[in-house]
Amino acid sequence: MYHKEKSIQIKNSASALYNNLGVLRIAPRRLTYFTVVHANVVNMVSASWDGLNYSHRQLQSKEPNVATSTSLIMQAAFCALPSRDLLVVTSQKGIQMYESDGSIMVYWHALDTPETPTEQAVFARGISAAWENYICVGVSSGAILVFDVPSKGSNITLSEVLEEHKESITDMASECSGSQECIANLVTADDGGSLCVWKSGEEFQLLNKIPGFDMSCSSVKLWKGTVVAGYGTGQIRLYEAVTGILHAEVNAHARWIYSLDIAPFSGLLLSAAEDSLVRVWLLTMTPETNSVEVAHLHNECVTDTQICGAKFCDGDGYAFAVTGYDLSEIIRYVQS
Amino acid sequence: MSSRTLPLLFINLGGEMLYILDQRLRAQNIPADKAKKVMNDIITTMFNKKFLEELFKPQELYSKKALRTVFDRLAHASIMRLNQASMDKLYDLMTMAFKYQVLLCPRPKDILLVSFNHMDAIKDFVKDTPTILSQVDETYRQLIEMYTPLSHGEFQLIRQTLLIFFQDMHIRVSIFLKDKVQNSNGRFVLPTSGPVPHGTQVPSLIRIFSCTGEELSRQQFNNGGNYNAALREGSFEIFGDRVTKLGTNMYSVSRPVETHMSGTSKSSAQHTKVNAAPNPLAKEELNLLARLMGGLEVQKPGNTDSGFRVNLFATDEEEEEALISRPDELSYGVINIQATKDLQANAELAKIMGEFTESGDQSPGASSKGDDLLAMMDGL
Repeated sequence: MYHKEKSIQIKNSASALYNNLGVLRIAPRRLTYFTVVHANVVNMVSASWDGLNYSHRQLQSKEPNVATSTSLIMQAAFCALPSRDLLVVTSQKGIQMYESDGSIMVYWHALDTPETPTEQAVFARGISAAWENYICVGVSSGAILVFDVPSKGSNITLSEVLEEHKESITDMASECSGSQECIANLVTADDGGSLCVWKSGEEFQLLNKIPGFDMSCSSVKLWKGTVVAGYGTGQIRLYEAVTGILHAEVNAHARWIYSLDIAPFSGLLLSAAEDSLVRVWLLTMTPETNSVEVAHLHNECVTDTQICGAKFCDGDGYAFAVTGYDLSEIIRYVQS
Repeated sequence: MSSRTLPLLFINLGGEMLYILDQRLRAQNIPADKAKKVMNDIITTMFNKKFLEELFKPQELYSKKALRTVFDRLAHASIMRLNQASMDKLYDLMTMAFKYQVLLCPRPKDILLVSFNHMDAIKDFVKDTPTILSQVDETYRQLIEMYTPLSHGEFQLIRQTLLIFFQDMHIRVSIFLKDKVQNSNGRFVLPTSGPVPHGTQVPSLIRIFSCTGEELSRQQFNNGGNYNAALREGSFEIFGDRVTKLGTNMYSVSRPVETHMSGTSKSSAQHTKVNAAPNPLAKEELNLLARLMGGLEVQKPGNTDSGFRVNLFATDEEEEEALISRPDELSYGVINIQATKDLQANAELAKIMGEFTESGDQSPGASSKGDDLLAMMDGL
């Protein structure tokens, strides 16, 4: 179904972090941007579609001052809003937002870091655009920071802090089907496996809270009103977002899941885990019966590698890219 | 990231160090009483109460260089001496072994079981010495108190922090190559077969449910591997069957402990370049190091007769050769810190230095203890 294509070499190896691959497709310029986190650095590659041009850039985590130890980056992700695309980088010290090509930092938000380290780690993790003008970022305390983003410029402001989760935020996602009918447009996940479903707006509204089962949910997606969640047990669960009804349960991987992605136009689902496997599934919704079907389509094994990031490169799922711990390349697969 | 990583890193690396030293002491036919003294001295220093207090405080992980200093100190806590090349090799083996164990742990929480395997072996080394035994028991209690309440997500954060520490290390270890757990490119073999972790199901089932919760259908898919059901869970108590073999002594059967310096990938060199921060051993780290080392009470070495040198290589020539030919990117860093200047700026370190220059005893064949420490700091 898919075959391997030429990999993109990156300057450093990928660190073992959840969802460690960012992809942004820039159709007008026939380019795709990729981001991979290595310790305190984000490696950015801009790859032309004809495969002939690659340019690299590195972004460092912002240190409040030189004397303190380096701030490790937890995640880097693109947020595509109707008016603009931003690259958001979250670390132990705070949140940086850049123009999507990484050229200019437009915003910095510092986290409250204690003078001496506490038992509970402090960091920001979990990034998503929400609706038309919000970017949401999670924090280790369980709080979610909601930023209001103007269509241009750096006048980004903290609009709201949502305090619903009790454990560290792991990942979050916005409704990606493009459908205007979905009431819920954001899902957030935490280290205890709890999922919160939100409706964004001037004041975010909590629509539903789906309890966890004492196991971290490391990656989450929202598509056509369905939450797709990946867990540390290797299981994937599909819930109806607003009601919390469990549609499907898949014993998908033999190790901790690190990344999920959905190709919104086709309903293809990509899952990747520490077990070296990337799996492709097909989700089919039948609104009349309010049911979901999950079919397994394909496996790719990245030998001797614990995968940390996997994303489709386009909305149909024609191609996908993969990163692995200690690997200095972005591996690409294309439909045969 | 996780502020609870250092104790696990230290105890597991320390455990591996003891396995290796134990094997080398026997291979070099060091008299049993001297060998036992070395092991006891190192273990009692490792589990020194003040030292452990500092270790267990919430803190970020040290850099590789800083941690190497601590282990240099620990390895010299007795009458045994190691040359630079042997110390380098010892540290390579220790770190690659623990990297292997961390990577292969089925669940992040199993790192605690690996730690208990090391602790169990250490306990066995000192079972005849009640004072040291009680230090070890106290450490078990501290480990249990700190780590058993943590969630799976918090263990994964610890694991991710450790993996950043071990990033890009691909030193080939003879034993691993022979056992086929490491490839010739230095990467570990991750099998897609065997038992799944405790709490995980063998990948294969897709279950669909109705809105009322009844199972509507179940299907199987091909998982591309050869998995079987999970084994029983290991014990997280002071005594018990840990079930996992990770962290147990793989050197028990006398096998040579060679490492291969060649064949390191380009990426590791690039990694070193990128990570060379302008201030390699930040002031903060020096302070931490001072507090930690202050707690490391070191035995004053006995007279020159009882001291001896351990070689991690088969011959002295090999050891010399290894020192000369060690690739730059694998050196544990020669930072040009002017130790004296930094010491003056750092009162605590100066105090430690003072404690040593007072001692009249000379370590065999080398300069005074104070100079050793200074040399070590300079060599960082």
